[in-house]
Amino acid sequence: MSSAALRIQKISGHSGPVPGQDTQRQQKVAKLIDTTTCIGCKACEVACLEWNDLPFRETVFDNTYQTMPETAWNYWNLIKFNEHERTDGSFQWLMRKDGCMHCADPGCLAACPAEGAIVQYQNGIVDFQQDNCIGCQYCVTGCPFNIPKFNPQTKKVFKCTLCSDRVSQGLEPACIKACPTGCLHFGTKDDMKELGQSRVQQLKEHSGYSNAGLYDPPGVGGTGVMYVLHDITNPEAYGGLPANPRVPLSVRLWKGPLKWLGNLAMVGGLIGVTMHYLRFGPKQVEDDKGEHE
Amino acid sequence: MTLHRAAGGLRILRYTLPERTIHWLAALTYCYVLLTGLAFYTPHLYWLATLLGGPPTSRFWHPWIGLLFFLAVLWMLRTWIADMRITSVDRAWGRAIDHYIRNEDEALPPVDRFNLGQKYFFWVMLWGGALLLISGAVLWFPERIPWGLRGIRYAAILLHVAAALLTIGAFIIHVYMGTAMVRGGFTSIIRGEVSPAWAKAHHRLWYERVTGR
Ligand code: HEM
Ligand code: SF4
Ligand code: SF4
Repeated sequence: MSSAALRIQKISGHSGPVPGQDTQRQQKVAKLIDTTTCIGCKACEVACLEWNDLPFRETVFDNTYQTMPETAWNYWNLIKFNEHERTDGSFQWLMRKDGCMHCADPGCLAACPAEGAIVQYQNGIVDFQQDNCIGCQYCVTGCPFNIPKFNPQTKKVFKCTLCSDRVSQGLEPACIKACPTGCLHFGTKDDMKELGQSRVQQLKEHSGYSNAGLYDPPGVGGTGVMYVLHDITNPEAYGGLPANPRVPLSVRLWKGPLKWLGNLAMVGGLIGVTMHYLRFGPKQVEDDKGEHE
Repeated sequence: MTLHRAAGGLRILRYTLPERTIHWLAALTYCYVLLTGLAFYTPHLYWLATLLGGPPTSRFWHPWIGLLFFLAVLWMLRTWIADMRITSVDRAWGRAIDHYIRNEDEALPPVDRFNLGQKYFFWVMLWGGALLLISGAVLWFPERIPWGLRGIRYAAILLHVAAALLTIGAFIIHVYMGTAMVRGGFTSIIRGEVSPAWAKAHHRLWYERVTGR
């Protein structure tokens, strides 16, 4: 959802400068998710559906608390339930609100060929503009978090918008408002980092979580959604949160050096055949009557 | 028959009507996937998709037309498999290819219906097309590849663009030779016929085989 109040910083499939880039001073925003106080109540899921007018969808029962395996094109916010066995043999619930991470260096945007189908605002929100989406699903491949989801009927891709419409009007995202335990926070990226770090300190000093940490992965330039984890050394335990997410190497090659090599090769080929013609000319055959053919 | 007398003199049938039809089906479908593919390849050429009916439309048809292209090349394979086999004659010709490039055709060993370059072009299009189809299927339905096997998605993206660039290189040379360099070739793929002199000069073994001279 675009809004006049949100200046654009990056545009997918765009050559040349980005209009309006750096014309305004805008704070980066971020959501902080404290997994240590999440109770898995799913209030944030409902708030997301409500605010974004999404229909309820069927759940998939698999003998666990997990209502569906992953987010869907019309379900952008999903709690991942994990029963984790600790080293002393005891069990622990690890519950993580899964959704778009709003990467500073978004793989979805890098992979997208359609001009303006994905934009990053100066406040850091990564937003899909379905009007410009061509349904190629390159973003699905570009995202290291398995977030963009395709709607086969409309041939458009959807994901969490970080409530860019609300944020542009000075409101916090809908999920934040709904959380009953206060484990969701929203503010500037700097403030959220500070808050996250102080919570980590608390967990280390008072709760015995010596491996507690703030998940803000540098491989994607940091994220606009950060997690406080009990154990930062094992993010995979939280429903497959990648330990070191990066924009896939093949996507970086394909959109970087390979593109320029390819362009060079194609232009070189055209120049090559032209030069051949200028140097050697055509192959002509004198036919039986001495005419050229 | 392969030989007939026309107003301009004796003509030899080089491409039958079905051969020409399948050729132009392959050529037109290839051009469509080439142009729409280039539009998705670089933002500088995205306007091509706008010209061809809009980006979502281009994206919708690109895989289907690509499939049609591959079927056309498969049909070509069926028609030309015997003619496309690479023989020792071709290898001798290949060693003398410098002369071909410099238009010193007198110094070349005679070849059959197709020369080594034409055969290589065909095989590049066939295998390149197969790679494009396989990798393209992954790009078409990425969500069918489970997240745990996402390496396949990553490989497919590189494979698709690499195979496309390979066929584009071959295509540039083919179109250049067919339209500008080898005079008489273009008429042959349109009307089907060549003069005996053309056949003798470019494909002497084929000329001798079809005319019995
Ligand atoms: C629009 C672009 C194209 C043009 C102008 C063109 C032109 C020609 C010409 C003039 C010939 C006759 C060569 C001769 O017998 O001396 C030919 C043959 C042939 N064409 Fe094309 N062609 C085009 C696209 C394609 C494509 C996309 C394929 C893909 C499979 C293809 C495959 C072949 C093959 C296999 C032959 C027979 C062997 C050869 O000459 O290489 N052509 N083409
Ligand atoms: S499907 Fe994804 S990559 Fe493709 S145009 Fe839409 S947003 Fe961009
Ligand atoms: S999590 Fe995925 S969809 Fe969200 S910004 Fe990062 S790359 Fe894009």
